[in-house]
Amino acid sequence: MLRFTLAKIARAGLTILLVMTFAFIVLRMSGDPAQVLLGPDAPQDAVDAFRERWGLNDPLWQQYLAYLQQILNFDFGISMRDQSPAIDLVLERVPATLAITVPALILKVCIGIPAGVYAALHRDSIADRGVIMMSIFGFTIPSFVLALVLVLVFAVTLDWLPSGGQDTWRHAILPIATLSIGGIGILARFSRSAMIEVLGQPYIRTAMAKGLPWREVVWKHALPNAAIPIITLVGFMVGALIAGAVVVESIFSWPGVGRLIVVSVSNRDLAVVQCLLLVIAASMVLANLCVDFAYGLLDPRLRQKRTQ
Amino acid sequence: MSPLLEARGLVQQYTSGKSLFGKPDIVRAVDGIDLTVTRGEVLGIVGESGSGKSTLGRMLLGLETPFSGEVLYHGQPMPAPRTEQWRRLRAQMQLIFQDPLAALDRRMTIAAQIAEPLEIHGLAKGAEVTDRVAALMARVGLRRDQADRYPHELSGGQRQRVVIARALATNPGFLVCDEPVSALDVSIQAQVVNLLRDLQEQDGLTMVFISHDLKVVRNICDRVAVMYLGRVVEEAPSDSIFAEPRHPYTQALVSSIPLAGQGLEGRIILRGEPPNPAARPSGCAFHPRCRFADASCTVQVPPLENHGGRLAACLKLPRAPRLAA
Amino acid sequence: MSFVSIRDLKVAFDGVRVLHGIDLDIGRGEAVGLVGESGCGKSVTWLAALGLLPGKARVTGSVRIEGRELIDARPGELESVRGARIAMIFQDPSSSLNPVHRVGRQITESLRLHRGLRGSAARAEAIRLLDMVGIPSAATRIDLYPHEFSGGQCQRVMIAMALAGRPDLLIADEPTTALDATIQAQILDLLSSIRRDTGMAMVFISHDLGAVSAVCDRASVMYAGRIVETDNVARLFGAPKHPYTRGLFDAIPDLNAGRARLVPVEGTVPDPRNLPQGCAFAPRCARATRFCTAYAPDLKLQAMGGKVACFHPDQSSEPMRETQVVVA
Repeated sequence: MLRFTLAKIARAGLTILLVMTFAFIVLRMSGDPAQVLLGPDAPQDAVDAFRERWGLNDPLWQQYLAYLQQILNFDFGISMRDQSPAIDLVLERVPATLAITVPALILKVCIGIPAGVYAALHRDSIADRGVIMMSIFGFTIPSFVLALVLVLVFAVTLDWLPSGGQDTWRHAILPIATLSIGGIGILARFSRSAMIEVLGQPYIRTAMAKGLPWREVVWKHALPNAAIPIITLVGFMVGALIAGAVVVESIFSWPGVGRLIVVSVSNRDLAVVQCLLLVIAASMVLANLCVDFAYGLLDPRLRQKRTQ
Repeated sequence: MSPLLEARGLVQQYTSGKSLFGKPDIVRAVDGIDLTVTRGEVLGIVGESGSGKSTLGRMLLGLETPFSGEVLYHGQPMPAPRTEQWRRLRAQMQLIFQDPLAALDRRMTIAAQIAEPLEIHGLAKGAEVTDRVAALMARVGLRRDQADRYPHELSGGQRQRVVIARALATNPGFLVCDEPVSALDVSIQAQVVNLLRDLQEQDGLTMVFISHDLKVVRNICDRVAVMYLGRVVEEAPSDSIFAEPRHPYTQALVSSIPLAGQGLEGRIILRGEPPNPAARPSGCAFHPRCRFADASCTVQVPPLENHGGRLAACLKLPRAPRLAA
Repeated sequence: MSFVSIRDLKVAFDGVRVLHGIDLDIGRGEAVGLVGESGCGKSVTWLAALGLLPGKARVTGSVRIEGRELIDARPGELESVRGARIAMIFQDPSSSLNPVHRVGRQITESLRLHRGLRGSAARAEAIRLLDMVGIPSAATRIDLYPHEFSGGQCQRVMIAMALAGRPDLLIADEPTTALDATIQAQILDLLSSIRRDTGMAMVFISHDLGAVSAVCDRASVMYAGRIVETDNVARLFGAPKHPYTRGLFDAIPDLNAGRARLVPVEGTVPDPRNLPQGCAFAPRCARATRFCTAYAPDLKLQAMGGKVACFHPDQSSEPMRETQVVVA
C-alpha cells in the first residue's frame, strides 16, 4: 500500500512538471511579453531593458532551469505587470472563485446524483423521461448562452437579481446557477446509466433472490457499486473547482481566478500565467489522487491489487 | 506419415502485476511442450481453464512468438510475425474460435466477410469472388439468400458456419479450432461437428481441435493430448485414451463427464481446484489433487514417457521400457 | 399435495410470448430436472415464479407454494418466500456475488433476514455453512471478497448463502455450466450430498442431460416455451418418446461409439416472435405430419407412464444405448 501511495505521488509530481514545462515553452513561443506590456510604440531601449531585466535574452533552456530552481525554492516569480509576487495575486483570487464553484459543486452532487438514481430506479417512467430531457438540456447548452439567458430573464426582465459584480450574496446566485445546471445534467445522466448498469448485474438478482427487500437491495448492493464510476466524475468536478469558472466569471464580472487567467494571458504576464497553471494543475492532480484513494475504499478488487 | 507441424520445447510466459517498483510476477502458461501433428490428422487438445491450451494453439499458428522453443511448419521454422513470409503463411493456417459474433464484423454482410480473405491474399478477382463465396457458402450449408445478411441476423450455429467458410476461403492446409462448438446448443453443436468432420475428410485438412468437451473431442479427433497447467500429461490415440485413461488426471477428467442414464456413482471426484499457473506446485503439478501421489511426486517432475504405446507423465505408472530415441 | 405447483404460467416480454403455459409440480424433497436449449424458457419459468424478472415482463398464470399464490403477490409476501422457502443459485457464480462486499457479509445477510441471527452467532453459522460446502479454512476465508475465490468456490459460497435460509426448495439454474469438468463433478457431488443430508427439494435447470440424469429423480424437457415431455429419469433417458428428446440424446457424441457421425437435430430453434403454427418442433421433426403443422399438441399422459406433448410419440420400447466408462 505504501509503495502504491509513493508511486501515485511520484506520478502526480511528474504530471505537474510536464504541465509546467509545456506551459513554459508554449508561452515563450507565442509572443513577446515586452511588446505586449510596453506597447508597439515603445522605444527599443525600453524594450531591451525590459528583456534584460526579466532574463528574456538568455537561451530558453537557461531560462527554464532558472525557473525550475525558483519553483523548488517556492519562489513563483513576480508579476511583470504590477511587480507584486505572482503567487499572492493568484491566491487572493482563489476565495472568490471557490465562493461560487463550491456551492455549484454541492448543488451538482445533491441534485444530479439523486435525480439520476431516481430515474434509473423508475426507468421509462415520466420522471425518468423528465430527468433525461432536463439533463440533455443541461449539458448541451453552452454556459455562456445559459448565462446570457439567465441574465436576460432574472436581471434585465424581472430585475430580481444583479447581473454582475460581487457585492452581496445575491450577486453570486446567477453565477452559481449557471455553473451548476450543466454539471447537474451530466451527473444525472451519468448516475442514471451507472445505476442501470449495476441493476442489470447478476448479483442484484442474487440479492433479490435471497429475499432482501428492494430498498435494501438498492442501498446495500446497487449504490455501493454504482458509486465507483460516479466518484470518478465527481473527482473531475472537484479538480475543476479553481479553473472551471473562466467563462462564467468573465460574463458576471466575478473577480476570481478565471478573470485573472484571461487578463494575464492577454498581457503575456508570464510569471502569473505560469503560477496559475501550476496551482490549477496541482489542484487537479490532488483531486485525482483523492479519487484514486476513494476507489480503493469502494472497490476491494483494486485495493488488493495495490497491496500485492 | 510426414509431420506437417512440429513443436519443440515450447514455452510461453507472461509477466503480470508489473508496478513501478515491484518485481513482475512470471506466469508460465505453457511450460515445455513437444508435439507433432501429422498431415491429415485431427489432434485434440483437452484441458481445463488455465491449462494453457489456447496459448498453445496460438503459438502453433505463429500468432504468438514462444518465449522459447520453436514451431516447424513443413519442416521450416515459423517466420517472425508481421513479415511478408508470415503474412503469406496466414493463408495456409487458419483459426476458428469460440465466439463467432466476436470473430465477425457486425457491419459487413456475411458474403463480404467470406470474400475478404480472397481479396487480401489476391486469390480471386471480380466475378470469380462471387462464385467462390457462393461455393464456400454452399459447402458449409448456408443458403444463397443469406449472403446479404449481417451477423446479428443469423443464429449462433449459422454464424459459426460463416466463420468456417471464411477460414476455408484460402484453402488452408492447417486449421486450429479453439472451442468451436462450446457456445452452441447441443442440437446445433452436432451439426457443426459433422460439418467440420466432412470438410476435414474431403480436403484432408490437418486440424488441431482445442476443447474442454471430451465427448466432442472423442468424436472428431484421431489423437488426443491432455494438458494440465501448461504441460502435456498424457497423449494417445483417442480410441484408447477414453477407453483406458492412464494418467490419474485423465482418469478423473474422463470419469467427470456426466453421462445420461448414469448416476454419480463410481466417479472420481478430485480434491481442490486447478492451481494458479503463477503458483505452480513443486514436482508433478498435479500432485496436490492426485489420489496416488506420494512424497516423490512433490519433488520429481515426471517426464512424458512411453507407456505401452502412449505417452504419459506420471511417476506412479508402472514403468514401461523406453523406446530408443 | 405438492410443495410448489405451477399452473398455466405464461410470460411475455414486450408483447412477445416466451413461455406458453407451463404446468409443473414439485413435491417435498424431490429433485426435478428442467432440460432444454438456450431460450426454451427453463430459467424464465423460475425467475417468473419468484418475481425476479424485470418489470417489462408480463407474467400470468398461477404459482402456489403450499397453496399461497405468488403471482401478483405483494412484495413482502414474495420476500418471505425468496431465500426462506425457495432459494436460487445461478449459472455464473463469480458475477452472482456482490464484488464490493465480503462473502461473510453476504451470507450473514441471509441469516439475519431468515433466521434473525446477528453478530457473532451469525458469523459462527456462516463459517459452519462455508465449511459444510467445502470451503477450506472457512474461519479465515469468510473475510475475503468474491474475486479472491475461484469460480467453483464462488459457486460453493452461493450454495452456502442459499442454505443460510434453510429453504425447502433450491433452484439451481445451470449451476455447473460455467465451471471446468472436474469442478462440475465436485459441485454435482456437493449438491446431491446436501440434498441427502437436508432432505431439501431441488430443481436442476440445465442443458446438460448427463448432469440432469445424475442428480434428478424426474425431469421435464422444454422446447420453445413449452414442456414437451416429462417423466422419471430412468424412463425419460431409457426410452424418450418425444422426437425432440430423442433428437437431443442422439446429438450428444457417445464416448464409446468412436468416430461415428453425429445425428444432429436439423434446422434451428424458432424465433419466439415468429413461432410456427401447430407444434413448434414440427419444422425440425422427421415424424411430423400435416396434422402437426396445424395443431399444437397438449401434454398428455402416456400409457407407459410419463407425459408427452406429441401426436406421434415414439412408442418403441427400444432401449437407448448403454453407456459405461471403464476406469483403469
